[in-house]
Amino acid sequence: MIKNTAAQMSAALEKGETTSVELTKLHLDRIAAIDPQVKAFLHVDGDNALKQAAAVDADRASGKKLGPLAGIPLALKDVLAQEGVPTTAGSKILQGWKPPYDSTVVAKLKAAGVVILGKTNMDEFAMGSSTENSGYGPTFNPWDLTRTPGGSSGGSAAAVSAFEAPLAIGSDTGGSIRQPAALTGIVGVRPTYGAVSRYGLIAYSSSLDQVGPFGRTVLDTAMLHEVIAGHDPKDATSINAAVPAVVAAAKLGDVKGLKIGVIKQLQGDGYQSGVLARFNESLDILASLGAKIVQVDCPSFEYALAAYYLIAPSECSSNLARFDAMRYGLRTGDSDGASAESVMNATREAGFGREVKRRIILGTYALSSGYYDAYYGSAQKIRTLIIEDYKKAFTQADVLVSPTSPITAFKIGEKSEDPMAMYLADVATIPVNLAGICGMSLPAGLAEEDNLPVGFQIMAPAMQDQRLYQVGAALEAALVSKWGGYLISNAPALGGAK
Amino acid sequence: MALSYDDVMAKYEPVLGLEVHVELNTESKMFCSCSTTFGGEPNTQTCPVCLALPGALPVVNAKAIESTIKIGLALNCKIAPHSRFARKNYFYPDMPKNFQISQYDEPICFDGFVDVEIDTDEGPKQFRIEIERVHMEEDTGKSLHVGGATGRIHGAEYSLLDYNRAGIPLVEIVTKIVPGTGKYAPEVAKAYVAELRDILRGLKVSDVKMEQGSLRCDANVSLRLIGSDVLGTRSETKNVNSLRSVERAIRGEMIRHAELLNEGKKVKQETRHFQEDTGLTRSGRSKEQAEDYRYFPEPDLVPVAPAASWIEELRAQQPERPSLRRKRLKEQWAVPDKEMAAMINADALDIVEETVLLGADPTKARTWWLGEISRIANEKEVALTDLTISPKDVAEIVALVAAGELTDKLARQVVEGVIAGEGAPSEVVAKRGIKVVNDDGALMAAIEKVCAEQSETADKVRNGHLPAAGALIGAVMKETKGQADAARVRELLLKHLGQG
Ligand SMILES: [Zn+2]
Repeated sequence: MIKNTAAQMSAALEKGETTSVELTKLHLDRIAAIDPQVKAFLHVDGDNALKQAAAVDADRASGKKLGPLAGIPLALKDVLAQEGVPTTAGSKILQGWKPPYDSTVVAKLKAAGVVILGKTNMDEFAMGSSTENSGYGPTFNPWDLTRTPGGSSGGSAAAVSAFEAPLAIGSDTGGSIRQPAALTGIVGVRPTYGAVSRYGLIAYSSSLDQVGPFGRTVLDTAMLHEVIAGHDPKDATSINAAVPAVVAAAKLGDVKGLKIGVIKQLQGDGYQSGVLARFNESLDILASLGAKIVQVDCPSFEYALAAYYLIAPSECSSNLARFDAMRYGLRTGDSDGASAESVMNATREAGFGREVKRRIILGTYALSSGYYDAYYGSAQKIRTLIIEDYKKAFTQADVLVSPTSPITAFKIGEKSEDPMAMYLADVATIPVNLAGICGMSLPAGLAEEDNLPVGFQIMAPAMQDQRLYQVGAALEAALVSKWGGYLISNAPALGGAK
Repeated sequence: MALSYDDVMAKYEPVLGLEVHVELNTESKMFCSCSTTFGGEPNTQTCPVCLALPGALPVVNAKAIESTIKIGLALNCKIAPHSRFARKNYFYPDMPKNFQISQYDEPICFDGFVDVEIDTDEGPKQFRIEIERVHMEEDTGKSLHVGGATGRIHGAEYSLLDYNRAGIPLVEIVTKIVPGTGKYAPEVAKAYVAELRDILRGLKVSDVKMEQGSLRCDANVSLRLIGSDVLGTRSETKNVNSLRSVERAIRGEMIRHAELLNEGKKVKQETRHFQEDTGLTRSGRSKEQAEDYRYFPEPDLVPVAPAASWIEELRAQQPERPSLRRKRLKEQWAVPDKEMAAMINADALDIVEETVLLGADPTKARTWWLGEISRIANEKEVALTDLTISPKDVAEIVALVAAGELTDKLARQVVEGVIAGEGAPSEVVAKRGIKVVNDDGALMAAIEKVCAEQSETADKVRNGHLPAAGALIGAVMKETKGQADAARVRELLLKHLGQG
């Protein structure tokens, strides 16, 4: 049962073939059995999950009209505030903090009857591409436990990939949903900026952060997308418009007559051969399904990584200033006679990890007087150029595509000493964030050289998220029929799921 | 050695700059829905947003934007069609996010002016104060430093934080530099703050209570040699919590700067705190090393873009300007210049107008408030509005006097009673048994009694020495416990002694 898709579980619940309590127990058992190896979860909230499941079962028994995901378990990235449940953003500085409020996404999940199994591991404050920067130790890729699941939403991706949950929530600031989805062989979507409320999402970089869904199929991901998206008056950057019809698009799955643009700048040097092979194979499939493949040029993408590593650290240096030991979280150095300033210093020194400190220092520098124009100002100009590149490209194509990640899952520790090598993992995903548009990663098969999953990235204009699902579903259907089942069903390391 | 103010003015010219912070009276805070009521139990008016809990986001209070635009319009400012919020980054425990959401390079209102008029040696003179910008920001929380002698952070045992004030909408009104006020600089500054206060009160956008901190003034002062066009180093004086203090602080700073300069020393660019008791300032944070606030556009908020039609709507709703209102009242009430100035100076315009609107004669209303009631207020060292006597009470007293039911002297007793908390005028009259003795029979009895007792004086009056009547009238008044109408007593007395 746990190998089923969320859509199948939903149908089984609807028909009375199973209950939410049963489903939840199966997943909690799976977590108990394998999470000691995967370490996808920071906190398993079993009791509350079962209570929530029982409540949904009771509602169903009483004939109440329920949404399609009512009673389906889900893993929640620890970056979202959930009332009364430990929420750390992967940082020691928030160890033990229990929010007194629900983030809007959590409130929407609860209202939809989705059962929250627990909080998943992540790079501290979502800064990283491997989940190794977590203050609580790394998460391991279910495909190969010596490798990372990507990041920063590595815990959520690993949980879905390891059948610990059929669905998960992540957040994507520079690729933190799409890249781990690619590295673990599942589907992940970063919705349009402003499509999903950021209220209660612990901020890394406010102008780039966006919450999004993980699933094992395009349809499952669309179903979750519809639950969490929508205007929220508590988030001033939230878009006040109807949610794109992503579920309908996922069910349609048709690319006939669509123009698909391949971005010249996102392939070639630095891309693993197996990644490019799977990418090109997918392009051939899309062409065979009736899509027209065109080449598009986005010259400013060359500077995307540099712009990102100025804007994100600048915003984070300010966003993370609130962790000062005054009101919540860690407090150290509070001995007799210690000043507030020295307690702040000691706490931030002890509570933040190396990568977080690196980015705070970088951002503080980039914003400082005399350097602002050269760094933050220039980065904003590049951002504008990237938006222009996309605008032009979208006049030539309905969607744009690229490999999600230039490489497959890398070894734990392989890049953790070399920040630049790590940053390059997000080279293909970052432009989407800078432009505020939407992107999806879905499995394109395994790279021949290492038998690890390759992700295929689809990008669409702002609030055209349905195009991702329409194209993704068409490609997925063709690949699944070719493979004789979902890619994830063949994951080698952690078989034994029933 | 202490310089006199005239010594300072003989050599230097002051240049002013004034920054006024106004707490808006919106019901909710700038970026969340918490209440803004003053004086709640510490930390009861807080939420995830104003406590800066992880994940919380600000949302702009539309009412605060409306109030700010109203202020901008009243100060003759241009309203930006597009302005944005910025983050001002610095660490301080009473600032929950460790950044303040403010406006930086794109304020909502800019380029305005306010005209103020003051009395000079050459008569009333008008000065124009140019406004550089009016922008929105949020207030900080409050730190309470416990232990230590001074109540300041230095030497305190521990500090308590109250975030009730954190996030209350503030509007900052910044002038351009104000040169050319000469020796009237302190008066011009005071008149400017008073004018602002009246404008804000008229707009009903703030409580404008300087004592409670809802209107706070920072005064920048520098001196330059007369004739020079090089600006001197300025000091910024904070904690100026009354109109009188604005005047005192600026005068004091001018003298302090002049003393330093005369001794060949430099004025430090620094923040100073005004001391209400001594009228002097003490040194605060030194600003020689300008703090780097790392301003950048607030990414959690979208730009403010008020529709032109809305701005015009607000412009059409602007109330009468205080200066025009003063002019109108002066004419309507036929008040002489000097009395008008006294009334403004005593901050009594509103209360007198209210009394007049309740039916009192303008001259009578003014005389009561500025005379007897002001005297009591001064004695008690409180503001007129803080006394228990209301415009309604005064209007009632004026009516009682007009009806002949009270004499001026008795009315003073009633005023005293109302202020002492004995109730409304009619109640005081009843309780104290105050009434005018206008029964001629009773008066005649008293007159006959007094004339018998003081026969020598009475004879003087009979012989045509009228000034002697005063002593007799006084005695009759005493006999009747002050409840008689002195004019009537005089009339009857003179008649009785054959002089009527
Ligand atoms: Zn609040």
